[in-house]
Amino acid sequence: MTRQMSGAKMVVQALRDQGVNVVFGYPGGAVLPIYDEIFQQNDIRHILVRHEQAAVHAAEGYARSTGRPGVVLVTSGPGATNAVTGLTDALMDSIPLVVLTGQVPTFMIGNDAFQEADTVGITRPCTKHNWLVSDTKNLSDIIHQAFHVATSGRPGPVLIDIPKDVQFASAEYVPPQKARTHHYQPQVKGDIEGITDLVAALEKAKRPIVYTGGGVINSGPAASQLLRELVEATGIPVTSTLMGLGAYPASGKHWLGMLGMHGLYEANMAMHGCDLMINIGARFDDRITGRLDAFSPDSTKAHIDIDPSSINKVIKTDIPIVGDIAHVLEDVLKVWKARGRKVNAEAIAKWWGQIEDWRRVDCLKFTQSGPTIKPQYALQRLETLTRARDRYICTEVGQHQMWAAQYLRFDDPNRWMTSGGLGTMGYGFPASIGVQIAHPDALVINVAGEASWLMNMQEMGTAIQYRLPVKQFILNNERLGMVRQWQELLHGERYSHSWSESLPDFVKLAEAFGARGIQCRDPADLDDAIMEMLDYDGPVIFDCLVEKHENCFPMIPSGEPHNKMLLGEASTKDAIKEGGAVLV
Amino acid sequence: MSALKIKKGSSRHSAYNLRPQFSDVQETHTLAVIVDNEPGVLARVIGLFSGRGYNIDSLTVAEVDHTGHTSRITIVTTGTPQVIEQIKAQLGRIVPVHEVHDLTVEGASVERELALLKVAGEGEKRVEALRLADIFRAKVVDSTLTSFVFEITGGPEKIDAFADLMRPLGLHEMARTGVAAMSRGV
Repeated sequence: MTRQMSGAKMVVQALRDQGVNVVFGYPGGAVLPIYDEIFQQNDIRHILVRHEQAAVHAAEGYARSTGRPGVVLVTSGPGATNAVTGLTDALMDSIPLVVLTGQVPTFMIGNDAFQEADTVGITRPCTKHNWLVSDTKNLSDIIHQAFHVATSGRPGPVLIDIPKDVQFASAEYVPPQKARTHHYQPQVKGDIEGITDLVAALEKAKRPIVYTGGGVINSGPAASQLLRELVEATGIPVTSTLMGLGAYPASGKHWLGMLGMHGLYEANMAMHGCDLMINIGARFDDRITGRLDAFSPDSTKAHIDIDPSSINKVIKTDIPIVGDIAHVLEDVLKVWKARGRKVNAEAIAKWWGQIEDWRRVDCLKFTQSGPTIKPQYALQRLETLTRARDRYICTEVGQHQMWAAQYLRFDDPNRWMTSGGLGTMGYGFPASIGVQIAHPDALVINVAGEASWLMNMQEMGTAIQYRLPVKQFILNNERLGMVRQWQELLHGERYSHSWSESLPDFVKLAEAFGARGIQCRDPADLDDAIMEMLDYDGPVIFDCLVEKHENCFPMIPSGEPHNKMLLGEASTKDAIKEGGAVLV
Repeated sequence: MSALKIKKGSSRHSAYNLRPQFSDVQETHTLAVIVDNEPGVLARVIGLFSGRGYNIDSLTVAEVDHTGHTSRITIVTTGTPQVIEQIKAQLGRIVPVHEVHDLTVEGASVERELALLKVAGEGEKRVEALRLADIFRAKVVDSTLTSFVFEITGGPEKIDAFADLMRPLGLHEMARTGVAAMSRGV
């Protein structure tokens, strides 16, 4: 049976057939036919955001917390250009998104028409792939392919630009089962030679470490499960990047905590001193490696990644394995078991002894004293009071993000949504909206700084409209804290434009939108205030006034290796050499 | 640069991959990239090179399989071994890219380029230009009383050499196609 339908109807039908039930979007002239179809159905829920950037971040939050692709629908021109930050963010963090943009009619393309932009040109470098649909007969096929490309291999955002006349014209609908199979089929099984090499290295290693990244989470729950099995069976210590938190549980006994620029002392020292590094789904980002020529100088490096371009990009890998994490880990375990489950237990026990020594430094130690709330204390209390709940955490970008990664503990994947690669201030609030849409009954908290939060505060409207009880936990230091910290350490304490002047009264702001506002400034009131936030059934802006000049430690200064960490304010003097100031 | 630091038995790769981590030896490689012939595919490839700061010495593209809608892009690029590896991996990530071949390492290959050179001159210089063209097996494809247009094919070095000889004889204008390359044998 052939099914003729308009392009607009085809979009809705294709989304339905792809199992989509939520779309984040904002209407405009060039997508009106699609909005008209959305109006006439009930299968797909449309969430109206207040800015297109927020639609993309919300879809990212949805995708990261569910493992399913997020879908966005925006108009041409400004709708598409506003989506660019979100697309770049999703590309850097490998988040599967399908973004649909309206376009001026095909016969007007290139004429500088009203709300025309070269969307596929603008978004080519910030999508995994994009399409300009020139004929309705190709539309459904392209949508199905788009979902395939977004979700297979290393996931990422894709964009489909649909001219308005293509939405109006009719053609035959092609269901997913009949769509063209795409030649894009990345390798998922790892090469057995590499896997055997890895197992052989593992059996002999005296000081092994597992270093996980977002790839474990992207691979799906099976990958996290297999990672846990491997770590428990071998007794190897495990650390993770910012993106990979939750893949191995923070309560697990082999957990070292996050590594990197603001990672834990024991994690970074273990990375520096290991003799076998097993990188699982991470990409040797510059926040992780520090100075390259001094990065983990004595280790054999194994790297498992689905993206061949991640391998040998930054760090020379001795044992490269291209494949999906879950598939590769399954084979690693199989081979390791078949070869007799060998590890150098004696040496690894000694290695743990060394790690325990490093752990005794207690690098996250802080003292809550005086009348002002320390940001670390606020997060420690938040952790204690919410640990037992069905909890999802989003963050903005800056000091609060690093403190959240240090002090909040994640026992499961898909519970931690943060902008890692691009570092997008304004990410967290809309992401928390996406997460809450996907998990209506869960506790969703956005740990924010006041400056980041203001970048997408218009989304309070969305939160109220859809009765989303998202908790905006703002650590308000009236500063761009991380910028201020770098200015203190690197630019002679000249605090150029790094304070938040003319801040709104957040309590009144919340009330103006119809939400609850809570302000807390006294450490003695903090627990009660957090409980009030948790108990309120609706969106809350929690204005937590914290110590203004607190710095985020530990810190590996730019241009230094892992074993040159700064642990506290006393050790920061002259810590960063001249060359470090040019690095970000 | 750091010394070659490869532990014995730590790599199963060919000697080709055994080099210092930050080798700064510049190599020139010829890549053949088979892509879907769809709008924007060339922009994706060029955008990759400009966005990541890679060099393009030469680039040619044309459809080679009409029924399969595939084009072949031949790229000559220069970089350190690590950068060349990255270029290949990054090209492989582009969704409409089917295959990436490094003709420089995949055995012997032939490279040809076509160029048109307009040489203007009179008297002895004109005769000399014709004589040299004959030696280089260049064809005269246009002729006036005061000029020739020569068509020459060959490797880039041959064309460079011919152009160098034509320069003092009145080389007026030159158009080159860029390199097309193919591996030898089947």
